[in-house]
Amino acid sequence: MKTVNLTCIGCPLGCPLTVEMDGAEVKSVTGNTCKNGDKYARKEMTNPTRIVTSTVRVSGGHLPVVCVKTATDVPKGKMFECVKALRDIEVSAPVSIGQVIVPDIAGTGVPVIATKNIRSV
Amino acid sequence: MKEYDLVIIGGGPAGLAAAVAARDAGIQDILILERDNELGGILNQCIHNGFGLHTFKEELTGPEYASRFIQQVKERNIEYKLGTMVLDLAQDKTVTAMNREDGLFQLHPKAVILAMGCRERPRGALNIPGSRPAGIYTAGTAQRLVNMEGYLPGRKVVILGSGDIGLIMARRMTLEGAKVQVVAELLPYSGGLKRNIVQCLDDFGIPLKLSHTVVDIRGRKRVEGVTIAQVENGKPVPGTEEYYECDTLLLSCGLIPENELSRAAGVQLNPVTNGPAVNESLETSIPGVFAAGNVLHVHDLVDYVSEEAGAAGRHAAAYIRGGEAVTRKTLPITCKDGVRYTVPLSVRPECLDPEGTMTLRFRVGAVYTGKQIAIYAGDKLLYSRKRKIMAPGEMETVELKSKLILDCPEAEELCVKLEDA
Repeated sequence: MKTVNLTCIGCPLGCPLTVEMDGAEVKSVTGNTCKNGDKYARKEMTNPTRIVTSTVRVSGGHLPVVCVKTATDVPKGKMFECVKALRDIEVSAPVSIGQVIVPDIAGTGVPVIATKNIRSV
Repeated sequence: MKEYDLVIIGGGPAGLAAAVAARDAGIQDILILERDNELGGILNQCIHNGFGLHTFKEELTGPEYASRFIQQVKERNIEYKLGTMVLDLAQDKTVTAMNREDGLFQLHPKAVILAMGCRERPRGALNIPGSRPAGIYTAGTAQRLVNMEGYLPGRKVVILGSGDIGLIMARRMTLEGAKVQVVAELLPYSGGLKRNIVQCLDDFGIPLKLSHTVVDIRGRKRVEGVTIAQVENGKPVPGTEEYYECDTLLLSCGLIPENELSRAAGVQLNPVTNGPAVNESLETSIPGVFAAGNVLHVHDLVDYVSEEAGAAGRHAAAYIRGGEAVTRKTLPITCKDGVRYTVPLSVRPECLDPEGTMTLRFRVGAVYTGKQIAIYAGDKLLYSRKRKIMAPGEMETVELKSKLILDCPEAEELCVKLEDA
């Protein structure tokens, strides 16, 4: 049995969580003060995911880059790959919020979308 | 020059929310003055997600959050001027500003909302010994360079201060290929949100060294390295020095409300927050001048900025319609026993909505567990709430029923403090 300490990020309380693991299986979660803490700990230990945000180059826009995000969360282990895959991409202005920049980032099946409007200049 | 009922100084989250609320409260002639070339303020460079959970019930990035409010401003045809610098605010509320189109101009609004936000504490205010090479940035400057201008300011990074922007930049620069070696925090606790420590440092194995600071910066033209040492009783502990080779030092050592205009106007400031001393209506010591957002006190969450600014907008609207409130009594709101400050700093019971609540925001001075927040009117306990943990990095909010205050007509002051639960 292995125990892992986590800090819950569900709210500003930041409960210190202790997770007892039996191999890849969560045996118990303690230290949480609400059910979100339990849910968070189980997800972090079995399938941690994150929204990845970054920027891509824009040509002809009012700014040289546009900020983007993964439309939904992606596996935590794919964060670097996602950002790396965005490094060589360039889009042309105008760009609008929600516009798909990459339909499927790093084989996750998740699209990367723009999070800012960029005007053409 | 056209005159306006309400001039809002600053087009960031506070200014936008204040404008929308004032318009919805019936004020037609509103002008937002913004010095940058677009609305949205600091949100434009905060490309990470986590904004708007309270306001929109979804997780947005900074620019997306800003765009929702910019949209609301545009839908309401609220006027704004970009690239416009306000040079002076006078006690009679004359606003002097300039831009390329209008040149120098003056406005004479009935009410003003201060929404200028805050600035980062720069190196000059930190007393770090060592040389003054290139490569030392505030975290926010680095954030703008990376996220809006497309530059990576360095590849080997040390961060001093564990404020949220520093934590966010630790992750951002790591994902962009830089090596963030360590975050040093002078205090024994972090000033950043838990969520950011977990997702920006723990996720990437970046160590956070509490009670540590930078004691030397090496390099003549460019930073070559910094020395970090443990701190005890405010002094570096000899023998604990560690040298880190790096080309960049980021500073995330606190934010200071930007009140040059307020000060020049004669607005009374609270020395604890460096923001205006306001009453329950978020009105400063100059009647008709209101303040909200980070210019008033530094917030952790933009949602609360929007909420506070909305209230300022409604109060400004009421002032424009009804003029200065004539009241008999003003109760000071004091704080002690762990509470560092409160916003507001005073309350005029007659100006409270008897059916509503008064929002009281404050911060504590250290990490407290097992305490309760207690609010007294004289000796009478009006309110108490147990809190498992309270930390300086996380603002506390209390919605105090107006009725509780109105039921104590003999009270001379309100006091907010922490007690053993």
